[in-house]
Amino acid sequence: MDLNLYTAHELSDLISNKKVKVEEVVNSHFNRIDSVDSKLGAYLYLAKTEAIDKAREIDNKISQGGKTGRLAGIPVSIKDNISVQGMQNSCASKILKGYISPYDAHVIEKIKGEDGIILGKLNMDEFAMGSSTENSACRVTRNPWDTERVPGGSSGGSAVCVSAFESPLALGTDTGGSVRQPASLCGVVGLKPTYGRVSRYGAVAFGSTLDQIGTFARDVEDCALLNQYIAGVDQRDSTTANIEVPNYQSSLTKDLKGKRIGVPKEYFGEGLDEGVRKAVFEALRVFEENGAIVKECSLPLSDYSLAAYYIISSAEASSNLARFDGIRYGHRATEFNDAVDIYYKSRSQGFGPEVKRRIMLGTYVLSAGYYDAYYKKALKVRNLIKQDFSRVLKDFDAIVCPTSPTTAFKIGEKSGDVLSMYLSDIYTVPVNVAGLPGISIPCGMVNNLPVGLQIIGNYYREDVLFNIAYSFEKSTNWHKMKPNI
Amino acid sequence: MSVSKKDVEHVAKLARLEFNEMEKNSLMDDLNKVLGYIEKLEELNTENEDIIINPYYIENKFREDDIQQSLKVEAVTINAPQSLGGYIVVPKIID
Repeated sequence: MDLNLYTAHELSDLISNKKVKVEEVVNSHFNRIDSVDSKLGAYLYLAKTEAIDKAREIDNKISQGGKTGRLAGIPVSIKDNISVQGMQNSCASKILKGYISPYDAHVIEKIKGEDGIILGKLNMDEFAMGSSTENSACRVTRNPWDTERVPGGSSGGSAVCVSAFESPLALGTDTGGSVRQPASLCGVVGLKPTYGRVSRYGAVAFGSTLDQIGTFARDVEDCALLNQYIAGVDQRDSTTANIEVPNYQSSLTKDLKGKRIGVPKEYFGEGLDEGVRKAVFEALRVFEENGAIVKECSLPLSDYSLAAYYIISSAEASSNLARFDGIRYGHRATEFNDAVDIYYKSRSQGFGPEVKRRIMLGTYVLSAGYYDAYYKKALKVRNLIKQDFSRVLKDFDAIVCPTSPTTAFKIGEKSGDVLSMYLSDIYTVPVNVAGLPGISIPCGMVNNLPVGLQIIGNYYREDVLFNIAYSFEKSTNWHKMKPNI
Repeated sequence: MSVSKKDVEHVAKLARLEFNEMEKNSLMDDLNKVLGYIEKLEELNTENEDIIINPYYIENKFREDDIQQSLKVEAVTINAPQSLGGYIVVPKIID
């Protein structure tokens, strides 16, 4: 029995009915990792010993009739910018080489508290800055559907391990699309919850007013399952809202009849691949067949989101990354002239080119004389973009559009051109700017590469996203496609 | 507004980063490219708009000032590039 082929909710049934042992589940995933990950490069760190020890502990508990958590024995893999005690947290950067997390992130506490099992840490663009995972200082990660192509990014490792059956669930972070875009390019489900839904305590900050921790899964039910247990208020992240986390499971099967879905015309313009456009339009028919009312809508400010995003995210990144100074942790240069020179040398040696570029852009827009023209302007535009969405979400329950303008591109294809890489996030970035939740689900194939459909909802209405996404999934088979790896 | 090499050098100093001549030139090009793209924001009239920082506004939240366990000193110093007896070692700053 290839247990790695099962979804988390299927595994959960098998485990609780004592059909399989947790140790078997965990071993089957490590066997899969051993056989395919040298070709894919999703993992940066494997926690074999810890995972197997934990599996045995849960098996014992089950055999003695003890009470187990609601993720008992379910493997989860973690992007390497979320702290897991005793494991590396490299952010795929040289500057954090050798760093070991002294504590668990909030989401990890929650997963461990429900008896989930952490398999390892996953590759990403350095400090989550990128859309292809090519900015990792550690290794190349390849798309399981075509290993000459990128998996997307920045949570490339997370998307790949789920897509290639190396883990049923994974966590990533999404600042401008870093969960949804790789999910789209690898043919899996990826959710970015509402800003404030999931605590970021223990996740390395990139853009603090944009960052969210998101979940990857092979179907919507699994995605909802993991989000259920990581969402909620946490005193250590003061942006988390004290709003009840609804039972997502029960919202999955609600009737779509009468649900209003808006299709923003601005998301179907220049730059959108013809095959992706067709796949998304076919998906809209499925929603109609299931009883939803699908109508065109307009988000006229979409075109300005990316510009505002690059100002805000880079400004926040330049401030957040000031902590990497070579003093308290991380890389310290061995040769320097004086104490301040440690900062210059350690940072210049430790950060990769894209991270430096963003720090420079962020520092520039915050510097004297430019603050009003760029940063303040971007924050005002942010308000306009938020109003744009609020207006549309008064008339519609959700907005549906492509997740990414193209399918997975070739490794190296965009790495030389900073703007063309940034443009691959054009449909995901506005959601972070407004702080809304968004989910990407597989909705088609173009030349044997997956296409992702993005569903955007109102604040704290992840339940609506799951409902719409699940209805689509029940009517189609795209989520069952398997890459040949 | 276009970014000059002098601007790159000034900003690099603020950001505590060092670059060689080639890197400075390519950064200058990249920054000009991105800032050129960003200029499209000027098309929008935002004079009467308020700024928003957090996308979803929540009133300030306060917690009880409880005493809690902090990390063990060793858990922190183990990650320090250089440490001695529970302290992080840095070069002499004042002569």
